[in-house]
Amino acid sequence: METKQILDTIQMISEEKLDIRTITMGISLFDCIDSDGEKARQKIYDKLTTSAKDLVKVADQIESEYGIPIVNKRISVTPISMIAAACHDDNYVAYAQTMEKAAETLGVDLIGGFSALVQKGYQSGDRKLIASMPQALSETKRVCGSVNVGSTRAGINMDAVKQMGQIVKDLSEIDPVSCMSLVVFANAVEDNPFMAGAFHGVGEADKVINVGISGPGVVKRALEQVKGESIDTVSETIKKTAFKVTRMGQFVGNVAAKALDVPFGIVDLSLAPTPSQGDSVAEILEEIGLESVGAPGTTAALALLNDAVKKGGVMACEHVGGLSGAFIPVSEDSGMIKAVEHGNLNLEKLEAMTAVCSVGLDMVAVPGDTSAETISGMIADEAAIGVINNKTTAVRVIPAKGKKVGEQIDFGGIFGYAPVMPVNTNSPAKFVARGGRIPAPIHSFKN
Amino acid sequence: MQTMKAVITVIGHDQVGIVAKVSQRLATLKVNITDISQTLMHGDFTMMLMGEWNDQDVQFEVVKQGLQDLAKETGLSINIQRQELFDAIQKL
Repeated sequence: METKQILDTIQMISEEKLDIRTITMGISLFDCIDSDGEKARQKIYDKLTTSAKDLVKVADQIESEYGIPIVNKRISVTPISMIAAACHDDNYVAYAQTMEKAAETLGVDLIGGFSALVQKGYQSGDRKLIASMPQALSETKRVCGSVNVGSTRAGINMDAVKQMGQIVKDLSEIDPVSCMSLVVFANAVEDNPFMAGAFHGVGEADKVINVGISGPGVVKRALEQVKGESIDTVSETIKKTAFKVTRMGQFVGNVAAKALDVPFGIVDLSLAPTPSQGDSVAEILEEIGLESVGAPGTTAALALLNDAVKKGGVMACEHVGGLSGAFIPVSEDSGMIKAVEHGNLNLEKLEAMTAVCSVGLDMVAVPGDTSAETISGMIADEAAIGVINNKTTAVRVIPAKGKKVGEQIDFGGIFGYAPVMPVNTNSPAKFVARGGRIPAPIHSFKN
Repeated sequence: MQTMKAVITVIGHDQVGIVAKVSQRLATLKVNITDISQTLMHGDFTMMLMGEWNDQDVQFEVVKQGLQDLAKETGLSINIQRQELFDAIQKL
């Protein structure tokens, strides 16, 4: 192998912060269902702690032997609303505590799947799970929850949209930082390794390893070499870089799956930023030629980036899945934070950006006095973008209790901090109060 | 027998006997050097070695620790990574 290729690879890892964001083990809990809640939770704990007992060890070994940082080790489980529905418990907080305990025993960073899928309606388990969310997510550190309120095939469940606005608000009243563990989805995917939205879908195998890659820094560095050249060159450069980054994800996933004797599921081709300098999606957009993210042209540049990442990555791995695209969380991206602080990026522009990249309004702090109805309105807007455009969208907003625009809220570590952003103060209350279901769009009838 | 293949990179201020020290340590660790190249990059001495050894005789961790000890003694930055990673990223 050529010296240059070796140096190139080492530089990608050491200077450009290329890393594996997460190795996530998906574990089905269907065989843990029991009409006795206590028994069900014991089975869940036992299954998790046996299935994933070597996950952290294997990840650490890969990190040591191959010199690739693996930032997080995570677990996703079957949506608890389905698993717990058979038991007679009225509230599912104890399930979250079991998940927390298992995660703690295993040493994994996060565990996702305190989730419900209610795009078309609620079953009894969904109702109890959602009602348990504020307490469950505020009393646990590692547990993540999500609720799918819409899909292209089902439309948007406006009753759920209404309820989730209130749930987010209630959670923020207890502990605003816990809101980062709760995502409201439209078109949620079943094999997403990224949190807080990961859950193990019902169509998945008993156990599976999914890998989420990162690497905005590598893309930015590559683009620095083609300053002033045409957009075609920009697209080609991103594709080539995404290819290399994805190859690493595919490689690590294979090694991990083999070592754990679990089938390898998918690579999630996402550019996931962290708050450290040089690991920012916003900086890529600025490198493409915007003075600041948020400037006119931002949506187009992001669309180009998102598409080129997928095209480059698709050939590099056997199976692509998860969210796959560019993430634009505000608090986790130093460039996004800067743009918001300088008044260069507002919620409306962020919303437009979510129409062309993966996920949606992510890690966005809003004033503490933002009403539940307003949050529901934001959820409805994002869900509509997802449902109409056949893509996943999500809302992870943090009503910063007691804080106003200009102040900030700190999440710590790779989750960063978020400046509180202004929200349009006109009320959608009557729209939200109607409830019901927005019908599925006409183009969903494909059969 | 399973052959472990690794890429070892040595970066630091140029000094007398770097190559000797590194290859001496690798010999002690029973690592066979299959390729070696060096260059000056931004004024720093940069050496790359491809090494292989019998996985059953010497564990990866032992070689890594041996090189980390040497790095401490000499003030050089020494990294070792299994070669498959580079193949995966750079080769189709």
